[in-house]
Amino acid sequence: MATLAAPPRTTTIRDAIRDTLRGEMQRDSRVVLLGEDIGAYGGSYAVTRGLVDEFGSDRVRDTPIAESAIVGAAVGAAMGGLRPVAELMTTNFALVAIDQIVNHAAKLRHMFGDQFGAPVVIRMVNGWGQLAATHSQSFDAWFAHVPGLHVVAPSTPADAAGLLRNAMRGEDPVIFIEHSRQYSQKGAVPDDGHLVPFGKARTVRSGRDVTLVAYSYTVPMAEAAADRLAAEHGIDAEVLDLRSLRPLDRDALVDSVRRTHRVVCVEESWRSFGVGAEVSATLQELAFDELDAPVQRVAAREVPMPYSKPLEAACLPGIDDIVAAVRAQIS
Amino acid sequence: MVLALSPLTAAPNVVPAAVSDLDLWDMYRAMLRVRRFEELAGQHYAAGKVGGFLHLGIGEEAVCAGASSVLKPHDHLLTHYRDHGWALARGLEPDRCMAELFGKSTGVSGGRGGSMHFADASKRMWGGYAIVGGHLTLATGLAWAAKVQEPGTIACVVFGEGASNIGEFHEAANLAATWNLPILFLCENNGFGMGTRSARAAAVPDVARRAAAYGMPAWQVDGMDVRDVVAGTREALAFVRSGEGPAILEAHTYRFRGHSMADPELYRDKQEVEAMRSRDPVVNVATELRAIDTARVDAITAEVEAEMQAAVAFAEASPFPDVSTLEDGIVARPDGLTRGVR
Repeated sequence: MATLAAPPRTTTIRDAIRDTLRGEMQRDSRVVLLGEDIGAYGGSYAVTRGLVDEFGSDRVRDTPIAESAIVGAAVGAAMGGLRPVAELMTTNFALVAIDQIVNHAAKLRHMFGDQFGAPVVIRMVNGWGQLAATHSQSFDAWFAHVPGLHVVAPSTPADAAGLLRNAMRGEDPVIFIEHSRQYSQKGAVPDDGHLVPFGKARTVRSGRDVTLVAYSYTVPMAEAAADRLAAEHGIDAEVLDLRSLRPLDRDALVDSVRRTHRVVCVEESWRSFGVGAEVSATLQELAFDELDAPVQRVAAREVPMPYSKPLEAACLPGIDDIVAAVRAQIS
Repeated sequence: MVLALSPLTAAPNVVPAAVSDLDLWDMYRAMLRVRRFEELAGQHYAAGKVGGFLHLGIGEEAVCAGASSVLKPHDHLLTHYRDHGWALARGLEPDRCMAELFGKSTGVSGGRGGSMHFADASKRMWGGYAIVGGHLTLATGLAWAAKVQEPGTIACVVFGEGASNIGEFHEAANLAATWNLPILFLCENNGFGMGTRSARAAAVPDVARRAAAYGMPAWQVDGMDVRDVVAGTREALAFVRSGEGPAILEAHTYRFRGHSMADPELYRDKQEVEAMRSRDPVVNVATELRAIDTARVDAITAEVEAEMQAAVAFAEASPFPDVSTLEDGIVARPDGLTRGVR
């Protein structure tokens, strides 16, 4: 009787991240976690819950509320031979540590002539929910601008596990972007060896008429928009999940536009100088003749995020905005 | 005079500077190497061979030479951007250091770093850093790794008193003390943050006195006297190595040159600089040693001169990095995998 392979487990993004952290900690005693309230409290978004009981407070270290020290200590520990994973409760707090990320983590390898790097994973959470101006931001494009960093943002449990495992086994700093509203999203996760190399986009669904370029939380939005476009307007949309912003999978963008000839890029950050701008520039540089319409950007309104619910909703891109952008392009 | 400050007592204790075993000949050579390297660097900056910023530590040699003689080869070292002396005292080759200043491919950092970014990972000299205070938290990480993986190894992080006024100092000191990390915070207090006298920038200009806020002990030494530096470093390192936690060592010193080569030095009197030159750590040790054996002083001086002139010749003769290597070594691999993995 043939042995049947175990079917992929179904789990949430939160659990996929936790399981990957656990698996890598079991596999490699150099892996340590540090961050604010990741131990006894269990993590602000419960990602690390239980790990301190399993691995002890020396390997799952609560830190002071001092993000620059968190990242600086993680980078130094990586130089010294540990494999740290730092959690910065939210992306917003990464600004307090931006010098450590940009001037230190990203620079060490090149500035010192490739003698050593900083194999550190810096996890941070994008998101919103009436949290007002300083707690509702995403700076994906800022990080993706910096040579020396890898920047990845999963949208499924399988990619969360595969990208995180790749990040934890690599040799350079990785900005690992999570989204607070996606932690409970479910999906299949392959076995423990699953790696997703950086710089490879994923075709979520194939289509003929338009490509929706998305990543992180905008992937399920783009999928929902594609459903509506098909059902209500007879438009066959392709959905491309970038997964990795640096390096950006330029080949996948060009391949897709060769099939669809139209692109709408969806992001939750402000429009100006953003990921959509980079996608748009890339396509006009590499595939100008393939474009039947200008690349459209669906992005956040350029205001500091207000608290009031209807104002916040008006700031954020939604499924309606994607559908409208596609219809404007095709009509 | 070495002063020991305990967080638990109000008045500092005077520690006898017992360094009778110190080989002053070694110290003279170590300090002179730094002095001559930097003087030649300055000359070649003026000649256009060295570019960018060049921060000379001329006058401060007793600190790097003295403290480095107490550090162990397995200890971690990070410094601020005034790093030439620390690199040489750590054992980095003057040839490759000078080549780095010249921007050559044979430089310690492959011509990518320049004056402010000398490093040699094989000697655990993890580099000079140019964002004031930025390297202080890196040191906490190195000390953490040492504590976990190789007890007995410590991290020594060198910074100027100017860095003690930036938030990073507080974050690093607090984390180090909270986590009981083996770090020596070694402050080279030369009295000026660029052109601003410390008393105008710091509420408590004596950095050692701030140690009490973190429950750390501190030692304060005369950084113009290599015996004092060695004695204080021994005391402070013995404490840190014992595993009891971090400590601060503050060396009061003085730079005779400007902050960088571009500094017109409008902020201090020439008389002040001249007065401090009477405390020149290299000249004073040479004078002391000449009273013992002039010929030996001359021999060491000549050997150092030949070594440093050879460093300049090596730098001159070395090639610039090939522009085709421009994008090498930014990340190990774009796909994030480990080098060597297919």
